Parts: sequence; structure tokens; C-alpha cells
Amino acid sequence: MKMKTIKTCVTALISALLVFSPVAYADKWSDQFPHIKNTGDIPGECSYESMSKKDYSGKTLKINTHAVPVMGEPTALHAEQFAKLTGAKVDVTHTPAGDLYAKAMVPFQAGQAPYDIVFGFSNFINDWRRYLEPVPKKYVEMKQMQDVTPSHIGVASWDGVMYQFPVDGDRHYLKYRKDVIDNPEYQKKYKADTGKELRVPQTWKEYGEMAAYFNDWDWDGDGEKEYGSAEVMKKDDLMYAAFYSRSAAYSKNPKTPGGFFFDLETMTPLINNPGFVEALTDWVAATKYVPPGGINFGLGDEIGSFGGGQTLFSFSWDDAFVAAMQPDSPINNKVGAAQLPGAMKVWNRKSNSWDEGFNQAPFFVWGWAVGVAKKSKEKEMAFDYLCFFANEANHQADIGIGRFGVNPFRNDDFKAEVWTQIGWDKDIAESYVDTLAKMEESKNRVFPLRVPGTFEFNAALATAAAKALAGQLSPQAALDEAAKQWNDILNRVGKDNVRKAYSVGVAMEDNKL
Amino acid sequence: MNFKHKFIFLFPGLFVLIGILIFPIIFTIRLSLSGWNSYTPEMNFIGITNYIRLFTDDPRFWESFFRLSFLSVTTVILQYVIGFSLALMVWREIKFKRFFRVIFLIPMMTTPVIMTVIWRTFFHESLGPVNDLLGNIGVKPILWLSDPVIAKFTVIIVEVWQWTPFMFLLLLAGLLSLPKEPFLAAAIDGASPFRKFVYVTFPLMAPISIGAIIIRLIEASKIMDTVFVLTSGGPGTATETSSFYIYIKGLREFQMGYAATLSFTYLVIMIISLTIIAKVLTKLMIKE
Repeated sequence: MKMKTIKTCVTALISALLVFSPVAYADKWSDQFPHIKNTGDIPGECSYESMSKKDYSGKTLKINTHAVPVMGEPTALHAEQFAKLTGAKVDVTHTPAGDLYAKAMVPFQAGQAPYDIVFGFSNFINDWRRYLEPVPKKYVEMKQMQDVTPSHIGVASWDGVMYQFPVDGDRHYLKYRKDVIDNPEYQKKYKADTGKELRVPQTWKEYGEMAAYFNDWDWDGDGEKEYGSAEVMKKDDLMYAAFYSRSAAYSKNPKTPGGFFFDLETMTPLINNPGFVEALTDWVAATKYVPPGGINFGLGDEIGSFGGGQTLFSFSWDDAFVAAMQPDSPINNKVGAAQLPGAMKVWNRKSNSWDEGFNQAPFFVWGWAVGVAKKSKEKEMAFDYLCFFANEANHQADIGIGRFGVNPFRNDDFKAEVWTQIGWDKDIAESYVDTLAKMEESKNRVFPLRVPGTFEFNAALATAAAKALAGQLSPQAALDEAAKQWNDILNRVGKDNVRKAYSVGVAMEDNKL
Repeated sequence: MNFKHKFIFLFPGLFVLIGILIFPIIFTIRLSLSGWNSYTPEMNFIGITNYIRLFTDDPRFWESFFRLSFLSVTTVILQYVIGFSLALMVWREIKFKRFFRVIFLIPMMTTPVIMTVIWRTFFHESLGPVNDLLGNIGVKPILWLSDPVIAKFTVIIVEVWQWTPFMFLLLLAGLLSLPKEPFLAAAIDGASPFRKFVYVTFPLMAPISIGAIIIRLIEASKIMDTVFVLTSGGPGTATETSSFYIYIKGLREFQMGYAATLSFTYLVIMIISLTIIAKVLTKLMIKE
């Protein structure tokens, strides 16, 4: 009798563990697809269960995506799963980031559709939208889409029409070494040496001071030197986005709506005003506290450098933070997240002077985006694939893997439990979701430039900024050169064309959309 | 006899020539007169607007061209000197001659892009082994890729390593084909090795040397993969070359019409300058 009772108790305990354990959820789908082992299949219009009822046997879906791993790996993984569930054949082509635009644009312009699905960046939307099929109503209205934040619905849409299927959410924010900034000994030492508080930097000036202080010495006792900051400074490798992040606090003045990149009324480029020049001057100073060779760091280098424990600070997309928080990272649970630093002054282009006082402006930088070609013959299957890619089970699994490049864009992602379940410390998870949520709530946001000729504008700015970082030009001269080129591009594209497109972004920044 | 039918046999070659050479050039010229870009996706006609922009408002192209001239001339001179030295070494009767000949050719057999990735890893300023090794002997980290001047020399090092074997191969073939009599005559006259080189070997090798230099100059002037992988034209624009700049304008910024203008102009400049260089080299190196 006693033995039977013990057996019953053990069985009940094991059953309870299996049912309630967050890390060992088992259902028939997670048995077949271990990628979703933490959650199992989550019911929905595009769940594993729903997709298994579709039959695309004998059909082929062609996808052009980024190189492995960032976005390329989840694309291929979900393609394989989709093929198993629906019987479709899925061909995935991997393309380097710099060639994604042209690889889709050339056949688009030639009226062909070698790919049913094209991955790119959200700021391609204005150039690509005429070749993309708007996301059908049934997907826009489905439950999983209702959870996407308004900012990211805005990023994926143009004038209220959704052209890009939301699979990723991106913004730039600050990442810092919590074990240093929160360390009482270092706080005392920093105060003694500089007379200032060691804290999460509130302004870019503080960021620079702390980074310079913690530069070129072994502050974590691992026998190797550490450095102040890892940043994307390599020309043509997304460095323009890093520059906009540094510029936002100095140049996005809530008192002067009507444009961050251009004055919407006159279409005068604003990128050489004192706010941007101040940001570039700070950035040139930053070349002194990045690791050796940091001036050539692309996004991958930045993720590796900060994620590998080489620097005190970093700021860019979520990937470096998530990579740093993975169990195999040397700085697992030693990092913190905060909004991008602000500034103690912001340029007022109306009064042509600085407005004194603290200013902060989150940058909703472009992210990964994906659309279905208008000329595709397999539109239904293509949208089903995208819907499956972003279903709740896949999404929850994807956002916990740093190298995947899939970042939060749903309201549910901003709950700390999502992150503590995958091993993050509670306070880090809370600081992370709090940072993201505050950015969503901000009324002084900057959105990426999404106008005809976006690539030309950003490339001109990146080249000028790179010249300043390399010491070839002063910050003012570099930005004057960029502004002149922006005027030339405006003349080529047509001021009115650019103004019309830019007004959509300005409306978002001015909280009118 | 009527031999007119013989022209029929020329047609296949003529068609191939038109298809692979004439048509692309004509298409490029036509494209260069259009404003095809991401927002005007059509082969419209804008006259010589792109050419006016190039000659009056694009200093970056000309800077990249002069940078390219410096890089290609420097690398080819170094490749010639080193390649000639190595060829002379294995031309003589030395031990393991065949082994050295193969070893010297290995860099040329490797894939340039992959080797450049490896070189980039070597020269990585904070994670690469080169600065680590230099650190062991007390040398401060050298900014191989992030100093505007040093980065140029890093590109030169990689190019010289990759392509010296090509020069070596051509020059060794030339040395092996030289007649023996002039060397016998020089030996009978008691000429020293130095005099033999200056008065016999070098003059006899001049036609081959000119050919090798011109071939390498043509190749070096197209340098793209090394710059793309190693520095992406940076820091700033310090290592940006013409072909990399044309790539950026055409395939990154999607200014197809303007990129065609740059390509055609570049082709014309290269044809003229290489013709002049060949004539100058002939005058300098071949004595009547």
C-alpha cells in the first residue's frame, strides 16, 4: 500500500513538472520541431497545427534572404519546417546585406519575379513598394498581427497600406557592462579620479568620459585589456545608422516639428546643422576609446566585440545584447540595457540657437523587412510562409537567439517573463523590456529616412562621416560636403518627390500617424 | 577563283565578338546616356548630363582613380622586382628547384577573396596574430586597416603576395626560353654575374618584361576583391579604388546610368594610359 502511494506521488510530481515546466514543454509539434521546445506549438492562424492542414505539394516557393546567420538562418530553418508541414518545395538563396537591394531591384525593374519573397531592410519600402503585393487583409487582421506595436506597424506600412510583413523589430539602444557600472569599488575609484558619478550614462558626453576612463586597461581581471566602446564605424556597413543614433539627442528637438533629416517646408538638408556637427565631433573623439581597429568595425565586429566582453559600452540593434545574454557568453547576465544617451542641449533650427536642457530621442532604426513580389505566382503560399515564420511559437524561440537577428516587435515581447524563462536575471530582463517599452512610449522619436534615393542619401552621409572619423576632413567640412551632395540628390530625384515621401516619416515623428 | 565564300567561316567568330565585346560596350554607352536609377527605372535619354556631372562635380571618382594609379603602379613594380628575383633564383641550378617553383606559385592558385579574408584576420588590430606577435617583442599595435596611410600599404602587401607568382611564372618562362649563346659569349669574356644580368639577361628579357608588366597593370587596375574584403575602401575613402567606387554607385546606390558613365570613362582612360605606358616602357627598356 505504502509503495503504491509513493509511486502515485512520484507519477503526479513528474506529470506536474512536465505540464508546468517552462523549459520542457512537450507536444506533438515540439517533438518533431525541437526549435519550439520551450513553448510547444501556440494555437493561431499560422501555427504548426494550422499549417499542417495546408497542402502545397508540387509547388515551389523561392526566397531571397540574407546570408547566414543573421536572418538567413531563421529563414532557412522556417523554410525547412514549412516544407515538412505543407509539402512545398522551398528554395532559399542567401545574399550579402549590401547586395539585397540590387538583387531584388534588378528583376523588379525588368518586370520579372525570380523570387516570391524578398528580404531586405525596412527603409527599402519606398523604392520597393510599387513591386510588392500589399499584405492581404486576412493577415493584417489576424490575432498575431494585432499584437505588433504601432511603431512597427508604421515601419512596415506606407500611407496606411502594409507592404512588409513584420518579422523583426529594431531600434538602437545603449548596452553597458553592469558588472562595471554598478560595481561600488569602481564607482568610488571613478569619483575619486574624476569627481563624477559612475552611472548609466545620461548624455553622450558622459558616455565619452566613462568610455575614455575605462579604455585600454584590464578592468575585468581576465588578463587582457578592455576598451571603452564598440561601435559600427565602418563605411557602407550601416554606420550611417550609428551616426543618426548619436545625432538624435542633439538634433531632434520636440519644439521644432517638421523634420529631422530635412526641413519639410523648404527641403533644406539639416545634416550639417550644429546639432549633427556636435554629434560627429563626439564621434571623432570616440575613435580614441574604441578597440584597436575599431574604426573599421562593422555590425558583426561590434556584436563580437561587446558580446565577447571587450568593451564597456556599445549601442546598436538588439543582437549584441541578446548575444551577450546567451548562456555561452563570457558576459552572460553581466550586461544592462538603457535608452540611448541624451544631451544637455538640442539645436533649435527655428531660433538658430541651442535650447539648453536635457533632451533624449530614441531612434527606430530600420530593421529586417520582407515582402511578397507583386509578380509572384505563389502569393498565397508566400504569405502563409511569412505568417508561419512569425507565428508565436517561432517568434518566441527566435528572439532568444542573438545570431538570428529577430528582435522584439510585439507587445508580448515587452514582458520580463519572456526573457527570465530563457535564463536572464530578473533585473536585467526588466531593464531590457523597460528600455524597449519607454522607447515605444516616447513622443520624441526618430524614424529612418524612407524616401526615393534613400541609399544615395545614406551613402553620401556615411562617406562624409567616414572621412571625418579617418581624419580626412573636419566634422563641419564633412557634413557640409554631405549636405551639398544631399542637395544634388534632391535635384536629381526632385524635391517634391522626396518631400511627398518624407512627409509620411515626419508625420510619424510628429506623432500624427 | 572566287573566295568570297571564305567569309562565311568568319561569321561564327564575328557573332561571338559582337555578342561578348561590341554589344556590352554599345549597351554601356547607351546606358551612360540614361538616368536609370532606383526611382527612374527606365532607359530614358538625358544626353551627356552624367558626363558633365562626372567631369565637374565628382572629385571622389578622380581621387579614387589617382589612388588606384598609385596602388597599381606600386604593386606591379614590387611584383616585377620580387618575381624577377625569384625567377632568377630557380632558373639557376639549385637544390629543390622544382619544389621551390611549385611553392612560389601557391599564392596564385588560392582564391583571392578567401585569402583576403585570411589576411584581414591576420591584420585585425585587436584580435589578429600580427599585432600579437609584434606585441611580444614590444612593438605597439599597428593600425594595419584603420590608419589611412598604413591601410594602403596593407592592400599593397596582400596584392603583392597574391600576384607576384603570376609575374614569377611569366618571367621564369621567359628566362627558360632565352638563347644560350649570349650567355656563353659573356662567360668567355669573363663577365661578372652582375654585368651578365645588366648587359645580357635584362635586355633579352625586356620584351617579356614589358608584356608581363602590362598584363599585370591591366589586372591590378581592376583591383576590387582585395579592397572590398580587406578595407571596404576605408578608413574614410583612403583605399577606395575606381572599380570599388563604380560598384558602390551601380550596385549599392543603384545609379545604373551614372555607373555606366563611370565605367565607360574609366575604360577610355585605361586604354589611353596603358597604350602610353607600353610605348614608354618599350622606349626605356628595349634598345635598338
